[in-house]
Amino acid sequence: MNFEDNPAEAEYRAKVRAWIAANRPDMSHLLPEENRNWHPAHKEVARKWQHIKADAGYACLSWPKERGGAGGTQIEEAIFNQEEARAGIQFTYFMTGLHMLLPAMMEFSTDEASLARVPPAVRGEEIWCQLFSEPSSGSDSAGIRTAAVQDGNDWVINGQKVWNSGAQIADYGMMVARTDPTVPKHKGLTAFWLDMKTPGVEVRPIMMMSGDNELNEVFLTDVRIPDNQRVGEIGGGWKVIISTLMNERAALGSGTGLNWRDVIKLAGQVPSFEGTALDDPTFREWLADLYVDAEAIRLLSFRTLTALSHGKTPGPEGSAGKLLWSGLGGNLSSQAVDILDHGGLIDDPAIALASGAFQHRFLWAPGLRLGGGTDEIMKNIIAERVLGLPGEPRVDKDVPFRDIPRGR
Amino acid sequence: MNFDYTDDQKELKDEARRFLADVAPLTVARGVLDDPARGHDAALWARIGEQGWCGAAIPELYGGLGLGYVELCALAEELGRAVAPVPFASSVYLFAEALLIAGSEAQKAEWLPKVSTGELIGTIAATEGAGVLVAERIATRFENGTLTGTKLPVTDGMAADSAVVLAKEGLFLVDLTGPGVTRESVSTLDPTRGAAKLVFDKAPAEPLASGNAREQLSRIHDRAAILLAFEALGGADRALEMARDYALERYAFGRPIGSYQAIKHKLADVFVRNEVARANAYYGAWALSSDAPELGLAAAAARVSSSAAYYLAAKENIQTHGGIGFTWEADCHFFYRRARHLSLILGAPRVWKRHLADRLVARLAAEEVQ
Repeated sequence: MNFEDNPAEAEYRAKVRAWIAANRPDMSHLLPEENRNWHPAHKEVARKWQHIKADAGYACLSWPKERGGAGGTQIEEAIFNQEEARAGIQFTYFMTGLHMLLPAMMEFSTDEASLARVPPAVRGEEIWCQLFSEPSSGSDSAGIRTAAVQDGNDWVINGQKVWNSGAQIADYGMMVARTDPTVPKHKGLTAFWLDMKTPGVEVRPIMMMSGDNELNEVFLTDVRIPDNQRVGEIGGGWKVIISTLMNERAALGSGTGLNWRDVIKLAGQVPSFEGTALDDPTFREWLADLYVDAEAIRLLSFRTLTALSHGKTPGPEGSAGKLLWSGLGGNLSSQAVDILDHGGLIDDPAIALASGAFQHRFLWAPGLRLGGGTDEIMKNIIAERVLGLPGEPRVDKDVPFRDIPRGR
Repeated sequence: MNFDYTDDQKELKDEARRFLADVAPLTVARGVLDDPARGHDAALWARIGEQGWCGAAIPELYGGLGLGYVELCALAEELGRAVAPVPFASSVYLFAEALLIAGSEAQKAEWLPKVSTGELIGTIAATEGAGVLVAERIATRFENGTLTGTKLPVTDGMAADSAVVLAKEGLFLVDLTGPGVTRESVSTLDPTRGAAKLVFDKAPAEPLASGNAREQLSRIHDRAAILLAFEALGGADRALEMARDYALERYAFGRPIGSYQAIKHKLADVFVRNEVARANAYYGAWALSSDAPELGLAAAAARVSSSAAYYLAAKENIQTHGGIGFTWEADCHFFYRRARHLSLILGAPRVWKRHLADRLVARLAAEEVQ
């Protein structure tokens, strides 16, 4: 057990810390309304930063050079990511592509034209979105109904996807469709990638309860794509989904967003019975419980890293990190809003403490428990794949997909 | 960086698990439960002494193996998993650590070799009854080379040969077999860890080397908190495994109860709490072995998370077993009892949550000064 850098790691950390300080993106020219996720001006800053990182060999550090990476180690990549987070630089535009989809592309595709899409994404020139979920395929993620039918050397795709984060600005998407409805549901799926400008692709934003618009519906009508845009084998789509979702949970479980430091700072500014909320014993007791969970999220990411550095893949225990992270987001924002008392109601960034970040988080929190696999699905994964408990009896097992009862 | 035991440490831990599975099945704990006057199992204690485990982290200079604290954490995890009815924690994490922190060279040289072999059982006597332990409220007094006062409850107070005793004037070493000491066994929630009421009436005592007793006690508690967190983690893991195994075996409505989400999600929640405890305990092990400045905060986090995890795992193990789990005959209550024993000695979770918050706020303030 060692949570310290060895001399080589410490030297590397000092080097990247200095580099980040010297090259960090300048956000000062952004107007307040521009300085928020998904605004074109904000995205432009993120894109430039990604490009600068790629030129300096700090983007996708552990990926091979021919794929746009730097051929470094997982540890170096983790150190860079930690230092980037420490410097307060957190952009989400490239996460779907670089942390989830393109690793699967590299794992499952052997087509050079497809793999040629990887380096531009590393440089921040192209943004990717995921097209997996459907209106009737949420937790039942193999219940995909979007159909891909082979036509000569092409595939023709019809169906609807939903909850597609960033699809409104994405250049490319990775999609899973049903290529054979006559076999049981996990066996008839195939993965593809496509240009979001392909005729027949229509993106419609969905407004979330938080007022944000980053999620979308994507309608696919007679979308025609060549067979070389298939990722993996025909009928091998489920493997691609699993690989992607495992990467997603590992990324989500590593802990981003407001944390204990932010809530301590907030509490120190809020009057309580005597002194501030930070002096209140009930708050401090709550803080202790929050901290052990936040620490666990941080420390469990070191376990993932230890496994990776020994050449092992992150296992289903990553689901524990995702559960902790979604719970933390709700717990932290709920408590933060409460300690503000009446003032907790105010979410106007111009007058709310911390520019209303806690109120915004409070309205986002229900989504944290749903996106990237619901809390309930995470618990099923832990129970079945970590603890070895049996699955529930299933009526859709060994039944051709087209014969599975549908309901609404 | 490494979030794991090393291969050598794993080997030591596996060996300890096999050894304890052989010499300390739960029937050994049950023997003490059914005859609480014993307080511990002397034969098991002798076997553990032969292994040299008591001296795992004690420097070779004082007769120990000098292996290190991560190794001691590994042994603690296995002893906790075995719910071993032995005075290991009192003697090794508390008595020996108190001497290492506050003892003079002569005191260390005299006592530590005997602790290392297990021939001497030591303990710590700090609390004087119900309520939070506050050094200023301690009534035990040191006068003319003797101690006078009452300590209750003292874990392993019947079995111990010597104790480090907290008095108003500091920490003192007392021979519990000497004059001026009377002791009686006290029934507690966990009879597999015996306890006593110690009454000192002008009992000869020798001060530990001078120092600030409050700070020293706090350091002793922080270090022991990490080791006890590993005991709790081992117990919590085993309680979860027991519940899982039973859920696979027990059928209701025509299928294993472990196939119902009501059970699966409950046990997944237990797993998550155990993971939180594991992560914080591992960090504590690192802080302990490297004497890092983060030790105080890490100790509180390990303590708070492991107490919560073990209680949850132990009570849900009973619930998963249903009625049979509530019987004296079933083994479930060993974990339920031990979980509470571990979370009350050294102070209850609410005390450690307070330490944790104090230390966290102090750390953030220090970061901002930088």
